[in-house]
Amino acid sequence: MNFRKHVAIATILILIILIIVACQKGVPREALMFTPESLADRQLQTRVFETDNEGKLLEASAGVLQDLGFTIDESEVRCGVIVCSKDRDVTEIYDVGLSLIASIFFIDYEYATRQKVLASLVTRPLGEKKIAVRITFQHLVWDTQKDLIKNERINDPYIYQKFFSKLSKSVFLTAQEI
Amino acid sequence: MKPIKIITPLLLILILCACAARQRNILESDDSQVRLRSIQSRVFDYSDRNRMLRTIIATLQDLGFVIDDADENLGTVSGTKRSGYSLRMTVSIRPRGDAQLIVRSNAQFNLQTVDDPEPYQQFFTALSKALFLEAQKI
Repeated sequence: MNFRKHVAIATILILIILIIVACQKGVPREALMFTPESLADRQLQTRVFETDNEGKLLEASAGVLQDLGFTIDESEVRCGVIVCSKDRDVTEIYDVGLSLIASIFFIDYEYATRQKVLASLVTRPLGEKKIAVRITFQHLVWDTQKDLIKNERINDPYIYQKFFSKLSKSVFLTAQEI
Repeated sequence: MKPIKIITPLLLILILCACAARQRNILESDDSQVRLRSIQSRVFDYSDRNRMLRTIIATLQDLGFVIDDADENLGTVSGTKRSGYSLRMTVSIRPRGDAQLIVRSNAQFNLQTVDDPEPYQQFFTALSKALFLEAQKI
């Protein structure tokens, strides 16, 4: 009797906890808070250029984004914003091979097929002859079933370094009117 | 044994109803619309529209958002944060008198409206900090 009572109470408690967890699908606590990583991210994503011509800097930035295959979705020069994206096929040959082998054993092997990269570039005057450029990349990846398997920010420092080295060159070229 | 048999389904029904009600009352009464508007808005002693928009954009970027759209004429900025989830936010500004701006933000988490005051409070705290630093030119 006593044992059954305990089991019943435990079941109720577990159910209540499960339901509460299921109901709390809200915004994660840290989503809208500055974290210690915020500063590091800002440093990674920002470069300061010594110029006071924001228009030219945006022009050069749009040029680099086009060089990288992005199409411009939105722009607002007065706020220094360029929004762009690109869609690419990311199917790898070995994934296709693995999926063929898996199909022999009647196993479904899902792999990434499509990627969308989103980027927003923002310029911000910092005072006398200094403008900061900040770019943030995110990507979404879908698999063979068209399920979203990745939905996150790109944090690879190499990508940001590569972008800014291209931008430095482009700023130079724009300054030289080439 | 009997009371447990009665209490269990009752408790479950109560909890399920509470969850469902939270979803529905957004559109049901004017009262909750007023409540939503008040938790989504803040007044700032700041009159420079362009500066404010740029600070909002910088704050969103600091919080890990990618900007989707910005419009100076309309005074709106939209952005999305993706981290396994999608948190989309639109922030709009409009003047209040000559020296103040009303900043309103609304957010959507995956496919749900965010009606919990806490995320908005966190966003406005972040924006206040950014405005303070902007004023101090740090």
